[in-house]
Amino acid sequence: MLALRSRILRAIRQFFDARGFLEVETPVRIAAPALELHIDAMPSGDAWLRTSPELHMKRLLAAGCERVYQLGPCFRQGERGQKHHPEFTLLEWYRTSADYRDILAETKALIAAVAKAVLGRTWLDYRRTHIELMPVWELLTVAEAFRTFAGWNPVEYFDADRFDLDMVNKVEPNLPTACPVVLMDYPAAVAALARRKPEDPRVAERWELYIGGIEIANAFSELTDPAEQRKRFEACAAERRVLGKPVYPLDEDFLAALESGLPPASGIALGVDRLVMLLAGAVSLDDVLPFREP
Amino acid sequence: MYSASDLRKGLRVEIDGVPFVITDFNFVKPGKGASIYNCRLKNMITGATLTRSYRSNDTLNEPKLEERTMRYSYKDGDEYVFLDKNFEQLTVRAEVLGDSRFFLVEEIEVDILIHNDAPIGVELPTFVEKTIVETEPGARGNTATNVLKPAKIEGGYEIQVPLFINQGDVIRIDTRTGGYSDRVRTA
Repeated sequence: MLALRSRILRAIRQFFDARGFLEVETPVRIAAPALELHIDAMPSGDAWLRTSPELHMKRLLAAGCERVYQLGPCFRQGERGQKHHPEFTLLEWYRTSADYRDILAETKALIAAVAKAVLGRTWLDYRRTHIELMPVWELLTVAEAFRTFAGWNPVEYFDADRFDLDMVNKVEPNLPTACPVVLMDYPAAVAALARRKPEDPRVAERWELYIGGIEIANAFSELTDPAEQRKRFEACAAERRVLGKPVYPLDEDFLAALESGLPPASGIALGVDRLVMLLAGAVSLDDVLPFREP
Repeated sequence: MYSASDLRKGLRVEIDGVPFVITDFNFVKPGKGASIYNCRLKNMITGATLTRSYRSNDTLNEPKLEERTMRYSYKDGDEYVFLDKNFEQLTVRAEVLGDSRFFLVEEIEVDILIHNDAPIGVELPTFVEKTIVETEPGARGNTATNVLKPAKIEGGYEIQVPLFINQGDVIRIDTRTGGYSDRVRTA
């Protein structure tokens, strides 16, 4: 398992190095985790452990970097299950002059490259399901998926409570598994850091990749408007306060970076431990994390 | 009181006043969405199962359950009387015992699960010994254990036993399955 993981990490680095990406490291211990309604940070002294390197990565883009990637640990409070561990490894990469469709094409190339490097092929037999990783990925809008599997359309009328429940109990278990599936165009309410779709502002340019029914990655066209971003952070802070959750300070350095001008950009976070799980044919993170907390 | 994040397999909780045990547990969380705690639960009284999804801010009561080790004393109509070491008495109705009632032996030690002062389950030792009171005569020399015939034990319960078993033999019964295990001694 350690050897497999090591080969996967090497394949990822080779892929990005060949494409002219800069591997970067950003702080793990931070003062202002991104404000998201359902992502809770772990305290670390008078600061927090990052839940994602996202805000720092975008600051690098605003500072002039065009292509950056990072592999490293992230921490989320209270997340432990078959597919969750409070400390996990995220791969994030960001590009300027790109949108979520460009990142999708790049993700497809990455998955193919890693599978070839590690398995020598681009298909998998995962939990008795045959998955062809290439060349077809099925794209489904969130509206289509919910209409088909849950019987309602969250884009026309968004019910936050029902959305998450139906997503895990009705949509995810029924997604096709013969090839990778991309759920795209999420209701704007569940995309705190994504840009709205110009043709349909009710949805945000966000997608999630599922392989074998497992959520592997989340991507979006980045929101670059500082005023809109501040508004969303403040709304989220208010909601968290109502729920009695810790409210993190606004990341003013990040907002200042947006003010100074973030070019159009797109980025993605990919769960490396889950990718290892998939390529190892494992059902649970128990089987792939060498030091699993009880 | 339990919060959703306390839930795990094997935990006992109370729903609408009924004790349940969690038989299957799964933490799920869609990307950027709320934590959801999916549980399969078994009703500890009826054995019926159901599935429920809980959210972070849901709470569940802890059932008031007590387990007492007692000895079987006697049967009084449809009620079975048990005594603890202080000779305190507890009566359990036949429907709570189910088929276990046929495997009770005087002085046998059992664990009785009590919910809000009402017995809801009786756990017997894995093996009990019972005498065969009625069966066709044994086929001498036939030691095969895979050919079976019906036999009655004390109390009238019918069980399948190998052909070599005779009336008056004492056999061991596996109380988990209610099936024949082996012969302890011959008549």
